Amino acid sequence: MADTTAQPQSSTPAASAAPQAGGLKLSQRQLERVMPWLVVFGLFAIWELTVRVFDFPQFILPAPSVIFEAMWQWRVPIIDNAAQTAFTTVIGFGIAIVFGLITGILIGSSSLVYNGFYPVLIGFNSIPKVAVVPILVIWFGIGTVPAIITAFLISFFPILVNVATGIATVEQELKDVLRALGASKRDIIIKVGIPRSLPYFFASLKIAITVAFVGSIIAETVASNKGIGHLMIQASSRFEVPLVFAGLLVTAIMGVAMYVVANFVERRMTGWATRSQGDPGSQT
Amino acid sequence: MSGGFVELEDVSLRYGGEETGTLALSGANLKVDKGEFIAVVGPSGCGKSTLMKAMSGLWPVTSGGVRVAGHYVDGPLSMVGMAFQAATLLPWRSTLDNVMLPLEIAQPYRSQLSSRKEEFREKARGLLKLVGLEGFDDKFPWQLSGGMQQRVSLCRALIHEPELLMLDEPFAALDMFTREELWGVLQNVWMTKKPTVILVTHDLREAVYLADKVYVMSARPGRMIHERDIEFARPRELDITFRPDFGAIAQDLRDHIYTARAEPAKAA
Repeated sequence: MADTTAQPQSSTPAASAAPQAGGLKLSQRQLERVMPWLVVFGLFAIWELTVRVFDFPQFILPAPSVIFEAMWQWRVPIIDNAAQTAFTTVIGFGIAIVFGLITGILIGSSSLVYNGFYPVLIGFNSIPKVAVVPILVIWFGIGTVPAIITAFLISFFPILVNVATGIATVEQELKDVLRALGASKRDIIIKVGIPRSLPYFFASLKIAITVAFVGSIIAETVASNKGIGHLMIQASSRFEVPLVFAGLLVTAIMGVAMYVVANFVERRMTGWATRSQGDPGSQT
Repeated sequence: MSGGFVELEDVSLRYGGEETGTLALSGANLKVDKGEFIAVVGPSGCGKSTLMKAMSGLWPVTSGGVRVAGHYVDGPLSMVGMAFQAATLLPWRSTLDNVMLPLEIAQPYRSQLSSRKEEFREKARGLLKLVGLEGFDDKFPWQLSGGMQQRVSLCRALIHEPELLMLDEPFAALDMFTREELWGVLQNVWMTKKPTVILVTHDLREAVYLADKVYVMSARPGRMIHERDIEFARPRELDITFRPDFGAIAQDLRDHIYTARAEPAKAA
């Protein structure tokens, strides 16, 4: 029983039970891997078909084929603007990590700080960030800065809350064990609180990076002269509807890419957390 | 030192406010000699765990005094080893690093850690061997069974050679066979290291088998209502738990607990 290590992930009990349909044999695992692609292609196929069958005008709902064509045609400005959005997102997200970690540790460590600041933070988080953008424009002018700040403002909160939760929920018994050794509050936070909050932190990055991206795009659509959000607004004012959809598609692809990176980092950094109790990371 | 190593004098402890709080201990008296192994049993919710918090200084007493090694306790004691029902190991640390944790915190080890690291690691390995976990140094908690985790927890409580070892139902979550096995481990550890042990438990066989003296607590608010010396020779074999004289002692203690449970009902 000493060797009850985590089961290798490749073991698939359902594989043998899969019915052999039409000679096409896919194991459960292979099926799981191709499933996202099947869904995506399926959706595009239905979309394409619907548009063609009902003959939607292009300025209402362009077919995927038309959107891909627009994507190719406008590839240079798209890449240029997407890079700008990626840039503002990453900078805003980076600031959110630093700020979220520090405030999360502070808030999680002290019930006094927690009680004092938490209501204010919740109030702040409830403000729609799109309403803040005009103020940022007044302060910083139109451009990159408001987008970075919006990305930061929208994404620090999930990081902060998760880090604070990880630190605040250290088991009382473990605290007692350490305090009975003469541990200071600081010792407990460093030895237990912070390592313990890391899985929460990395899980929150997945949420934070996607909302940071949304924040950037919001700011770009409201007040900017560059970025994928700006590109879509421009395109829609010129009734280039396929280009608007191309922008949306690029946005979605970038969002998925950022999520995948955050997910990968999470798995690499805190494998112990996913091994010890089921696999909380795989649910989202 | 004329008195005991650990002494409780008329200790009362109330959680929360003056009026609304819960009175967990009231007039608790206890005296434990150095190197003695005592067990505290009592009905559930009688304040057994509170007793541990009071003795280790983790929670201030409301009235009365707690003395450990001749000094009154007015804050957390810094050289106590503790283990609880949950092993509370750190999942990101290997077995060896979990055992080493107290040495990173308690003085004087803390300041010597970098210079004597290998020596300390050797010591941790020795302890793991003592509890039957030789060769498990690099395993992580999730790779260990519940009983093994509890053994590691015991090592962690012992690594800094505490004079006082407090165990709060450490085996309660384990199955009977593992539990009995760990009784043997604990007895062996105690006979080797001779710390003063205070074991809180609700298992009468466990208390009688392991302890030199068993205290029975009343229902909440808790105090000691009965004490009994256990005089079986050591090392004790598991067989004695099935002997009639052992059974008689357990039965007697059980009667006291049942009386204790009935008492507040009468008072109410």
